[in-house]
Amino acid sequence: MTVELALFLALSLIAIVAALGMLLSSNAIYSALLLVVNFVVVAVFYLLLGAPFIAMVQVTVYAGAIMVLFLFVIMMLAAEKLRRPTSRLRWQQPLALMLGLGLISLVGYVILSNGVGATPQALDNAAAYGSPAAVGKSFLQDYLFPFEVTSLLLLVALVGAVVLTGVAEHRRRSTRPSRRS
Amino acid sequence: MIPTTYYLALSAILFSIGVLGVLVRRNAIIIFMAIELMMNSANLAFVAFAREFGSIDGQVLVFFVLVVAAAEVAVGLALIVAIFHTKASIEVDEVSQLRG
Repeated sequence: MTVELALFLALSLIAIVAALGMLLSSNAIYSALLLVVNFVVVAVFYLLLGAPFIAMVQVTVYAGAIMVLFLFVIMMLAAEKLRRPTSRLRWQQPLALMLGLGLISLVGYVILSNGVGATPQALDNAAAYGSPAAVGKSFLQDYLFPFEVTSLLLLVALVGAVVLTGVAEHRRRSTRPSRRS
Repeated sequence: MIPTTYYLALSAILFSIGVLGVLVRRNAIIIFMAIELMMNSANLAFVAFAREFGSIDGQVLVFFVLVVAAAEVAVGLALIVAIFHTKASIEVDEVSQLRG
């Protein structure tokens, strides 16, 4: 067993345990923090796969910005301690467990039935592959139009988030005096 | 190097955990986190295939998926906050009528 394989197995164990902990934890704050662990481990996988730029973006955007947004909302709504699940639709949980295990066994069978396959060859331009310069060049040459659409998407999401929270605020303010009277 | 199949197996396991999270949990925020986990596992498969074929396109796609995830989280969490203000709950079972 090479060092790289041992590293891979240890890291994937951490990733799976963190994901399972996210699923099973009853405290939403712990769930968010375990998901951060999972994202950081996946960033290390990106580094192993020769994608340093994507790894850094993963850490800053996913583990940084998105999870901070999650934690912010959890704390704002004081939703970290959750009520026990309602009695409605209790039969769904074992069914969901069964279907999920069926999915993983089916996908695992399909992936592993073709054998392990060859390992990827060493790249001849290992230093340049996946570097910020290479990815940036790809953005501005081959993927210029999707890249620009991305900025529009972010703008729409920004406006949508402001409008949605603003509408809720407005409705709350307009309904509260009528309830008091 | 590690075979790409191993990365695909790990990606499949993480995706299945995400599916289980969406199916089993009833808290809207946890469901969102499970969706993030699924997107993340898809990204892992993208990067593994990009390495397999020595191409950069998979990494560019990962960037786009990341942007979509960020937009989805911003709008989705705003929706959750709005629902919490009307229902005082974020359990998805509570949101069962079309007009609040």
